[in-house]
Amino acid sequence: MTVEWLILIPLIGGVLAWIGGRRSSLLPRLISVASLGAGLAMTASLWNASPPVAGRTAGQAWIAEFNTSWIPQLGIGFHLGLDGLSLLLVLLTFFLGIVGVLCSWNEIKERTGFFHLNLMLVLTGIVGVFLSLDLFLFYFFWELMLVPMYFLISIWGHEKRAYASVKFFIFTQLSGILMLLGILGLYFIHGRSTGIYTFDYTQLLGTRLTPGQSLWLMLGFAAAFAVKLPAVPFHSWLPDAHSEAPTAGSLILAGLLLKTGAYGFIRFLVPLFPDAVESVRLIGMVLSAAGILYGAALAFSQEDLKRLIAYTSISHMGFVMLGIFAWNELSLQGAVIQMVCHGFSTGALFVLAGILQARLHTREMSAMGGLWAVTPRMAGMGLFFGLASLGLPGLGNFIGEFLVLLGSYRVSGLVTAAAATGLIASALYSLRLMQRVFHGPKRDDLTMADIAVRETTILAVMAAVIVVIGLYPGPVLETSKPAVEGLIQKGNPSLTPPGRGPGAVKPGGESSGEMLR
Amino acid sequence: MTTNDFYALSPLLAVGAAALAVMIGISVKRSMTATAGLTVAGLFVSFAMLFPAASIAPRIVTPLLVIDGYALFYMGLVLAGTLTVVLLSLEYLRDRGAHPEEYYILLLLAAFGSMTLVASRHFGSLFLGLEILSVSLYGLIAYVRGNEKGIEAGIKYLVLAAVSAAFLVFGMALVYTATGSLEFSRIGAGATPTDPLFLAGAAMIIVGMGFKLAVVPFHLWTPDVYEGAPAPVTAFIATVSKGAVFALLLRLAGPFHILDHPTLFTVFSVIAVGSIFAGNLLALSQGNIKRILAYSSIAHLGYLLVAFLAGGVKGATAATYYLSAYFVTTLGAFGVISLRSGRDREREYIHDYRGLAWRRPWLAGVFTAMLLSLAGIPLTAGFIGKFYAISAGVGSSLWFQVVSVAIGSAIGLFYYLRVISVMYAQPERHSGGRQAVARAISFGGGMILALLTLGLILLGVWPSPLIGLITRAVSGMN
Repeated sequence: MTVEWLILIPLIGGVLAWIGGRRSSLLPRLISVASLGAGLAMTASLWNASPPVAGRTAGQAWIAEFNTSWIPQLGIGFHLGLDGLSLLLVLLTFFLGIVGVLCSWNEIKERTGFFHLNLMLVLTGIVGVFLSLDLFLFYFFWELMLVPMYFLISIWGHEKRAYASVKFFIFTQLSGILMLLGILGLYFIHGRSTGIYTFDYTQLLGTRLTPGQSLWLMLGFAAAFAVKLPAVPFHSWLPDAHSEAPTAGSLILAGLLLKTGAYGFIRFLVPLFPDAVESVRLIGMVLSAAGILYGAALAFSQEDLKRLIAYTSISHMGFVMLGIFAWNELSLQGAVIQMVCHGFSTGALFVLAGILQARLHTREMSAMGGLWAVTPRMAGMGLFFGLASLGLPGLGNFIGEFLVLLGSYRVSGLVTAAAATGLIASALYSLRLMQRVFHGPKRDDLTMADIAVRETTILAVMAAVIVVIGLYPGPVLETSKPAVEGLIQKGNPSLTPPGRGPGAVKPGGESSGEMLR
Repeated sequence: MTTNDFYALSPLLAVGAAALAVMIGISVKRSMTATAGLTVAGLFVSFAMLFPAASIAPRIVTPLLVIDGYALFYMGLVLAGTLTVVLLSLEYLRDRGAHPEEYYILLLLAAFGSMTLVASRHFGSLFLGLEILSVSLYGLIAYVRGNEKGIEAGIKYLVLAAVSAAFLVFGMALVYTATGSLEFSRIGAGATPTDPLFLAGAAMIIVGMGFKLAVVPFHLWTPDVYEGAPAPVTAFIATVSKGAVFALLLRLAGPFHILDHPTLFTVFSVIAVGSIFAGNLLALSQGNIKRILAYSSIAHLGYLLVAFLAGGVKGATAATYYLSAYFVTTLGAFGVISLRSGRDREREYIHDYRGLAWRRPWLAGVFTAMLLSLAGIPLTAGFIGKFYAISAGVGSSLWFQVVSVAIGSAIGLFYYLRVISVMYAQPERHSGGRQAVARAISFGGGMILALLTLGLILLGVWPSPLIGLITRAVSGMN
């Protein structure tokens, strides 16, 4: 009943904010925060009201569902479903959305109404992607995210905004059309073999495909998700888009948009084409490990603060992808935690970079240095999120990376070993970031205000979430557990009759809960 | 002819009568308001007569015409398109002075020709319809006599249309020689697809229609004519004229075995893919929005041909939906251009649109919506249209063509986004004086744009009623 409102609330809020923007520049901000807050509260209440884990079997993981016909002639339905996985990501979306509005409170001075309309539309699209259970609807929301994001970058972005926004748009649009071809191929193959032409995810699962069909369709989907994630050869839009976007744009790109790619892998790609994914599993894992190391190496050599953070995203999302391709409960749970924590830690780093840029009018790290003396509070926050980013034990990102490595070790020890060296690399770039920005000699003429109450509050709440997940990840893991278990069954070619196949991949299931308790 | 025949023909007769009435009216008294009013009334009456005609469809009226659901649907599309063009022309002509009244006769005749075209089942009516349409267009393109580009465009169109008509007639003659008939259905029955005479005839007919559709390699006139013609006329050429010819092509596909014949199929595939790439690539370097839209229309015809190649009811439905969406979108885009054009010249260069979003947010919003629809972005009609076309292509396993559509639309994004980003860029400070000259959009013009935008979004989020209508219309064909 309520799940469709999770999409409508940001949409309506965005339109109201736009209208409100004609009266004052304060109104859109208040409306956006209020509607996102309402969405957050509604999601949280769904979380609270969801039946206990024990009461749900792996197959029926939906906490809430909504299904109505949309374009019946083509078998398109408006089918939404919320399970533990999407619940966590929707929570993240609303939370980071609020952060996005708050952190652009002073940064965006012109056309605030239109800015907030775009911001809310991006969030609407993202929530829609996390909830869609109809492949057409999914594609619809997938594409819907692009235009407002394009506007966010191209209107309120920095110097090279035109280049960055067009590059972002074309990369994602082209890969999206390839996914559409994959979707349509699946639709027709399913329709011909069963006589039912439908885009419904639950019905398309388990479509019989020949290995060739499966591989090509899988590649179509993978193109879209790999560009969004981004996986390494398809990442070149990311540093430009991230560094040219306004703070809220970078935050949403890194915190949420990249997650839609990972979500697509988990929800659609592997369950729909388990055999094809099995056949490219090692390649996927090698690419992930390459992404981890490549992102880290490039992050280490950046001079532009936002570009540096952008490259760390590539590295961190490599862990998510590694967890997905390893495809067992440990690694997937790790990927989920990593997605959530990366949203917070990288998002916070972008907020910090935005604050620095607003005060220093540059993103060059050579113009910074010694800020610890000038702005101790900001520096403290920077240290915290830098440490979170390098995976310090006790913080959420560590749990994510650790679980991913643990899970992927069962599949390939060699790749995991290579990926694990990424942890060292992340320590290198995080510490270099700290050293260049906050330590070292201070430029004499450098004065600036420390972060204000609003900024401190945002960052402190984000830090608190990372600490809580780091110390007590149980609730998060339990929320996603039924969803992840269900997906693993669907996506595992070796378990064709569910639960009766060889138990080779099963052991992860039992241990993850115990180990973390 | 029986009464029912007259009922069936009534939409066509109404438009013809309106053209006559306008002509007589002008000879009595020149009045722009009265003329335009009469034109609009004629179009409305004709549109209203579609419904009684639909109740007795399908019906073959004389050997020349068939009034079936398909013809009536396209007639509705033609009438709606023409009506929009009439309304867009009002102010445009008022600004350009002398004798705007005959313009409406030509427009009504062009609509009449298009309607004949979509209802024809015989080479005779095909040729008559096409020539009525072309001859009216010569006049319309060069209508603003002070404009040298317009006259050049009119002559260019005249020469090329005459050549293409010659090809068409020759092709018809060859097909007649091969099959002994001018009726589509009898040609279908009598044709042996391997007969060289028949093939040569079909190829020449394709050339003739290719000119009208402006597909590669018959597209060379498009940018110049689009640029030179008055913006409302360009809108008419881009939508009604091409749409009617395309409807005819869909009708011919069955009898001519276009899709069953490997050579013809390959020819159309090459035309489609060539149009997609040539249109999109050539649009990249243009600085004039009318030229950009000209090249983009070439690409869009390529997408349409992919749906056409998919064949069957599904392909025809997809193509018709795409075309309907394209009507709304293109009329909207040219509507913005014609409503923005000043007394001195049209605002057709990209730099005329710099910062428009901050001076005229609604107008820029409409234009943005239209461009996004052309690019195939969700919430707009163009998205569903492109989805439907690709879907039809995938359904018939036309992978090569469909991948071309995918790549083409990615290239297309470059120039659509270029216009959009110019509109949302900071306005130039120093040019405040020139922009003050640009007039406000009139209430009527604003209403049309608002309706088109509403239709665009409605077709983008709730397409099932139209899809249902089209499916019924298309499955009744032949």
